Amino acid sequence: MIRALVATVFILAGLAALAWLPTQLGAYGVGLLLGMTGYVVLASAWALFSGPTRYVSLATVAFFGIGAYTVAVLSEVLPYWAVLLVAAVIGLGVALLVGLATLRLAGVYFVIFTFGLAELIRQLVTWYEVNVTGTLGRYIFLPITPEQIYWQLLGLAALTLGIGWLISRSRLGLALKVIGDDETVAAHTGINIAGVKLALFAVSATIITLVGAIQAPRWTYVEPAIVFNPTISFLTLIMALLGGANRLWGPALGAIPLFLLFEWLSANFPNHYSILLGLMFIAIVFVVPRGVLGGVEDLWKRLGPAGKEAGR
Amino acid sequence: MITTLITGLVLGGTYALIAMGLTLQYGISRIMNLAYGEILIFAAFAAFLLFSTLGINPIVGLLLVLPAAFAFGYVIYGVMMQPLVRRSAKSGTLEVDSILATFGLLFVIQGVMLVTFGSNYTSYNFLNTGINVFGANVAANRLLAFALAVIIGASLFYVLTRTRWGTTIRAIAVNPNAAPLVGIDVNRTARFAFALGTMLAASGGVMISMYQTFNASMGVVFTMKALVIVIMGGLGNLMGALVAGLLLGVVETLVATYVDPGLTLAATYVIFLAVLLWKPAGLFGKASGR
Repeated sequence: MIRALVATVFILAGLAALAWLPTQLGAYGVGLLLGMTGYVVLASAWALFSGPTRYVSLATVAFFGIGAYTVAVLSEVLPYWAVLLVAAVIGLGVALLVGLATLRLAGVYFVIFTFGLAELIRQLVTWYEVNVTGTLGRYIFLPITPEQIYWQLLGLAALTLGIGWLISRSRLGLALKVIGDDETVAAHTGINIAGVKLALFAVSATIITLVGAIQAPRWTYVEPAIVFNPTISFLTLIMALLGGANRLWGPALGAIPLFLLFEWLSANFPNHYSILLGLMFIAIVFVVPRGVLGGVEDLWKRLGPAGKEAGR
Repeated sequence: MITTLITGLVLGGTYALIAMGLTLQYGISRIMNLAYGEILIFAAFAAFLLFSTLGINPIVGLLLVLPAAFAFGYVIYGVMMQPLVRRSAKSGTLEVDSILATFGLLFVIQGVMLVTFGSNYTSYNFLNTGINVFGANVAANRLLAFALAVIIGASLFYVLTRTRWGTTIRAIAVNPNAAPLVGIDVNRTARFAFALGTMLAASGGVMISMYQTFNASMGVVFTMKALVIVIMGGLGNLMGALVAGLLLGVVETLVATYVDPGLTLAATYVIFLAVLLWKPAGLFGKASGR
């Protein structure tokens, strides 16, 4: 009881400190903070589904782009909160559609489908804009400051981690662990595998869509090639993997250092950026296959029972 | 109509060849290679360089590009895939690990190409004269590409189905666990199949460079198409890859001609989903415990 109270106080104090931070930083600092928080949410939301089910989704940018594009199309027609709501609903709808069609299939098929989903949606949006509306590219003029975007993302980050924590403590979390370990066993114990996966995929995709929608006002000009940039899927994946996709704090832990590193790389080596990115990705797959948190845990176990006792 | 159909079949022939390479890599080496299309585009650039700077005709160029691609695949398997194969011997995570590692490789190769060749569309003029086929006018370079695809595809098919060595490869595709029991060195054969797949990707790239414009970031689309064909045809099934490749080529050309060129990928996806939902093991695949 007291422990829970202390934890709550700590979390609230931490959130308050994070919310207060931008008032102390210049425009560049706020920009960094905003981007970092965005990736913390993306990586955490990605891991919400892909961590426990081990279905590697490469569709992050598909949903991110849907969110951003919805804002671009509707920002002058509807009030801001309604635009966000519409974006979330569209993201949810697409997620349910994709999920229903692919989640019953074996894992590899899912990877392949999500791999091309962003490209597909990009082509469809481009086709629609060129043939129906007659324009390619839209402008977003919304009176939203970077600080406000940051606060929204911070709220979303808290919400995402909160959902992750609740899932891990619920029956759903237990069901997920069984599915991740062995789907056949899960089916025999009466777990509705398709239902659980679909629900989780939908939640994860909706959060990702919202990240895209919230960050959209940062760009004043939007076109399909910008918002459906596959590098976003790639970065999200690598961040979650580095930290450890199976832990609540893992993705956030991976997102922060990698985001700063990538910012530095793209500023200093713009031409060789994607080569360095690829090499780093390969290195992460080889060196820390279970994420840093998983790796630390392995090390802990190897130290033997003595190390365990000391840890308690 | 006939022109469209012939163009579609020619395109489909190249697709089928590309898909055969991927089906070798995935069906036998068990490696899902997401960098496959990048290797293909790299070979297209190599053919372009050979032709435009040294004046080497792409058909002769194949004799240089193909062995190089084989060696590249052989080295990549040894350096990158072998450790993953060894690591996953117990845990069975090879599929996911190989996807992640080759995803990284995709960005490396694409980055190298962007730095070297820039992001512009490239093409060169080779045998660009019309030939009359059944009343339809088809460019000679397309026909040549089709003929090459048929020759390479047929010889591969012959080797795999008629020689002892081909039987070894197919044995692994059918049952990787039982293959060692009859004295097959799975690791060596897997490495060979991977290199062979890389070579087929490169041959597809050289062919595409003969009749299409291409650029450094196009690889992903080819990987997608090859994957769709492989799955449609049934994993590890060469005949399936052939039929599905031709089918996809024709459908794409039909959609591009009669509906809208911007919707070809959407059409690919619709076919992909329809086949998966109707026959999850592919058109020619046997229902298995996957």
